[in-house]
Amino acid sequence: MFMYVFRRLLTAIPTMFVIVTLAFFLIRVAPGGPFNQERGLSPEIKANLEAQFGLSDPIWLQYFNYLKNLLHGNFGPSYNLPDFTVTELFANGLPISVQLGLSALVLALAVGTVLGIVAALNQNRLGDYSVIALATAGSTIPTFVIAPVIQLLFGLTWKLLPIGGWGDGAWINKIGPILTLSLPQIAIVARLMRGSMIESLRSNHIRTARALGLSDWSVVVKHALRGAVLPIVSYAGPAAAALLTGSIIVETIFAIPGIGRYFVDAALNRDYTLVMGTVVVIAMFTIAFNLIVDILYAFFDPRVRYD
Amino acid sequence: MTDTAITAPVVGRSLWGDAWARLKANKAAMFSLFYLIAMATVCIVGPFFVPHQYTTIYPDYVRTPPSISAYPKPEMIETAMNDAVRRMRVDVKEWRQEGERVFITVTSAKPLDERNIRYLDRSDTFDDAKLESTAADGLSAVMSASIKQQYFLFGTDNTGRDLLSRTLMAGRISLAIGLLAGIVAVVIGVVYGATAGFMGGKTDEVMMRIVDVLYSLPFIFFVIMLVVFFGRNFVLMFLAVGAVLWLDMARIVRGQALSIRRQEYVQAAEALGVRSRGIVQRHVIPNLLGPVVIYMTLLVPQVIILESFLSFLGLGVQEPMTSWGVLISVGAKNIGTANWLLLFPAFFLVSTLFALNFIGDGLRDALDPKDR
Amino acid sequence: MAGETILSVKDLRVRFRTLDGVVNAVKGINLHVDAGETVAVVGESGSGKSQTMMAAMSLLASNGEATGVVDYRGKNLLTLGKSELNKVRGRKISMIFQEPMTSLDPLYTIGNQLMEPIRRHRGLSGAEARAEALRLLELVKIPDPERRLKSYPHEMSGGQRQRVMIAMALANDPDILIADEPTTALDVTIQAQILMLLAELQRKLGMAIVFITHDLGIVRRFADRVYVMRYGEVVEEGKADELFANPHHDYTKMLLAAEPTGRKAAPPDNAPILLEGRNVEVEFKIGGGFLAGPPMLLKAVDRISVTLKRGQTIGIVGESGSGKSTLGRALLRLLPSEGVIRFANQDLSKADKSEMRPLRKELQLVFQDPFGSLSPRMTVGQIITEGLLVHEPSLSSKERDKRAVEALREVGLSPETRNRYPHEFSGGQRQRIAIARAMILKPKVVVLDEPTSALDRSVQKQIVELLRTLQADHDLSYLFISHDLAVVRAMSDYIIVMKQGKIVEEGPTEEIFGHPREAYTKTLMAAAIDETKFRQSA
Repeated sequence: MFMYVFRRLLTAIPTMFVIVTLAFFLIRVAPGGPFNQERGLSPEIKANLEAQFGLSDPIWLQYFNYLKNLLHGNFGPSYNLPDFTVTELFANGLPISVQLGLSALVLALAVGTVLGIVAALNQNRLGDYSVIALATAGSTIPTFVIAPVIQLLFGLTWKLLPIGGWGDGAWINKIGPILTLSLPQIAIVARLMRGSMIESLRSNHIRTARALGLSDWSVVVKHALRGAVLPIVSYAGPAAAALLTGSIIVETIFAIPGIGRYFVDAALNRDYTLVMGTVVVIAMFTIAFNLIVDILYAFFDPRVRYD
Repeated sequence: MTDTAITAPVVGRSLWGDAWARLKANKAAMFSLFYLIAMATVCIVGPFFVPHQYTTIYPDYVRTPPSISAYPKPEMIETAMNDAVRRMRVDVKEWRQEGERVFITVTSAKPLDERNIRYLDRSDTFDDAKLESTAADGLSAVMSASIKQQYFLFGTDNTGRDLLSRTLMAGRISLAIGLLAGIVAVVIGVVYGATAGFMGGKTDEVMMRIVDVLYSLPFIFFVIMLVVFFGRNFVLMFLAVGAVLWLDMARIVRGQALSIRRQEYVQAAEALGVRSRGIVQRHVIPNLLGPVVIYMTLLVPQVIILESFLSFLGLGVQEPMTSWGVLISVGAKNIGTANWLLLFPAFFLVSTLFALNFIGDGLRDALDPKDR
Repeated sequence: MAGETILSVKDLRVRFRTLDGVVNAVKGINLHVDAGETVAVVGESGSGKSQTMMAAMSLLASNGEATGVVDYRGKNLLTLGKSELNKVRGRKISMIFQEPMTSLDPLYTIGNQLMEPIRRHRGLSGAEARAEALRLLELVKIPDPERRLKSYPHEMSGGQRQRVMIAMALANDPDILIADEPTTALDVTIQAQILMLLAELQRKLGMAIVFITHDLGIVRRFADRVYVMRYGEVVEEGKADELFANPHHDYTKMLLAAEPTGRKAAPPDNAPILLEGRNVEVEFKIGGGFLAGPPMLLKAVDRISVTLKRGQTIGIVGESGSGKSTLGRALLRLLPSEGVIRFANQDLSKADKSEMRPLRKELQLVFQDPFGSLSPRMTVGQIITEGLLVHEPSLSSKERDKRAVEALREVGLSPETRNRYPHEFSGGQRQRIAIARAMILKPKVVVLDEPTSALDRSVQKQIVELLRTLQADHDLSYLFISHDLAVVRAMSDYIIVMKQGKIVEEGPTEEIFGHPREAYTKTLMAAAIDETKFRQSA
């Protein structure tokens, strides 16, 4: 197991390297820079600023400097918000995004799994059809439609929730964003769970359990359910990635100061370091999460042994 | 020997025939198919029949709510008339409406200029303005104009553009991007996946390793970067969207290719001495087609969502061109004051996505029936 | 020996609702089981024999429904409530299944799964149940039972898993054990061991056994009474000895006659050698890769020499994993191999794909699986004429069509069917199509890789006869690969016995069957064609 984790971490290094390199050069090849946009800066000040941030160095030198800093955990200063380093910005934004993302993930896994089981146990009956309808709707309607509709209904019409804003993390401000983030994932998890539960209930070892006269509880919970959650466990990785993507939309619509929103602003302003930082952090999260999920999987399935 | 020619062979039912029969029996899928065809037709042909251009701005009709009866409403006539008259720098003494025409008596401190009536014509509410009579002193006059009947079935947007024609135009763009970028993704994915699956061995390993690395990229962020840094044009949208979505297709096709290659009927063809080309033509492509078609129908809505997503962020299609994502984004910003701006485009987008989904599910059930 | 009737099935009907409408799988059958006896329910695939017992145990798939009466000691199992039913299932009547690989829950240890029914039905404590589980593993003769309690199913072989299944089924000392094709998925020698075990356990514990099987050999050696089923009906029933000696129903007679018979004469000594392999070796790499160390090498075929004469049939016999299929493919140069392979005095050892292509016409292959070996999206006509596109490209499509008609006639299929698709045919018909595809090229050597194993006995016999006729008509040489000794005996004049990639023994058919020298061959023969009764001999 230790060897496996070690090997996975080792293969993560080239992946990270590719991501950093690709992102770095993509940004630099593009026309425009952080200091030449509609700012009316005089050429001298611009040159000064560029020299100060090392932007006048040859590009390969900038690249190696960036890599070196990155290895020391230093993301550099933000060009656009010069009073902050990227690390400081993340210290504010990341906890918010992670908090929303994790809450939505937990909600999606819990609700989706339960709905999926309910549907599978009532196959081709009313309960099943309602879950299927909900799942179809949830996975078809895009986030950027759900979010304003939630604002319209809960915020404007019924006045139950604030329309947006973070409100220093008041729980009422989190409901809308978490709901928006988790709805599509609930739909996907429910669908996945329904399918794998039905398949699990049809499998030969369930027939064995029934033939042995075991109770329904044991047949369904002990034998069918444990096998059926395995696909959900492996889906947790992609789900986390999807939530990160969703955070861009949700943070923009609900005006939440998380890293998703930083990213869009930074990209529009060509804030090189902030864009790079976001990409690196997101990639690290994705890789770490997939690793955790794979390790977790081994605890659920004795057939998987990493060595 | 002679009777061999006589026996007419019985025509069999191919798997494609079976699949079509099953699809026809699937009401949701068939309804969705007709709905989608209708939607595409309306979006393509519709704008020619809507009396408004999608770019025309009607200053009199900013944020007009949707209505099936004609504009202007009675209370709007006076506002519009006052607006026009104010531009003439004259005062209204009295006005009345007779049928389709309004008659306005205006007075002024200075002598009236006949050409002033063009202000009435310029207004979105009136046309066919006439000077009925001028008082002898030239300080007052009676003007008349007919009220222009306008329909805004979906209302108008913030700048007074007709939402119906904009929604239909947006549909053209969204559907076109969906189809074209979908095809781009399918082509890249099929070529890449099939190559990996067929070369096998080391080539396959390297190619799939690349896909794995690309998978762990936060791809949506890359798309955003691409679009932001390289300008926001149509071609780039295709590339960006296609670049993200071909990965799944490549994996699916590779898996299928590998499994087909292991099928006994391919081994049998190899034992017959059939060349690789023949194997690909007669065995691989026909058996690969099903999964590709299924995935394509699931890919198109994904592309539409991704395009809308980018447009929503202001990174996709640019004004005055429009797409459903652009319209929804505007709607989302105006939900407090003009919720129709959100509701109509959202309905068009979501219903199209539903239709595509049902068709995809129907095709999957038809081509790959598990219960048989 | 037989006591009172403990289970009686009256007018049982089973229906399934499917996409194509209602299928009546069982059409009102009656049968009964007496205490301590062994009853066999025999039939070919689709006869409804399994569904009868599934219905009796309320194990039908969700789209199935059963009517009638299944009476166990005065209780109708079909109308019993769930909790009452579960006092009978697994306790009084238990069941083992055909698929030992998937019938155990992969996520729990053997010990956990064994203890569960014990604790449930007998209310024992954990420690008591564990001791009981250990005793059961010993009873079914699993070596090192202490350690096996902690094993997961995937760590055991198919035979061992089936033993665990038997242990679970017998955990609560049931009245009746229903065994649904319990040995079909296992190799012959393992089959014999499992049957022997069942016979021994029955003697020890005295339960009745209901055997569901297609294998008349098992019935002959095991059963007291027999029910013969076809199309969801019982066509004949009676004492096993009487039924075998004096069958009444035509279908029973046909089944009994379905064992392939006849012997093949060896070709004349001066017959020319067609295909020859010297020290053929095939290696497979397993595992390996980045940071995982070098791959393991598996010798699937280990220095084997074969000489096939014109008109000869060599039977290659062995259990799964013995390398017999690999050898067949290597001899046709469909797999890379070491050693020398010659065809008609031409050295093929170094021939590449394009050099082999013209020879493919002479060297053909027929596969085991009649479902997988025909491309599902091509018509039968296209399938059988595909080889002509390669080897006789000058033929017009009309001429190809004519050849297809001839080929279909030769294998006994109606030529009108050539525009149909494979899924419209039965297993036996598909195998005929696969044979037609090979024969249309007029080959000299055909490798037959288990061509009858996926088919019902009665169909097997027809295919065997077809292959014999074709051989006689065209002076063909066969390499007949099979694990089924009865079929091999009827087809071949020379036998090679393989185990783990090596030849164990070889010789003329009658010598191998009559006087096997090696121990392995003897076990194989004993398992497959011995007719001594398990229940008396064991």
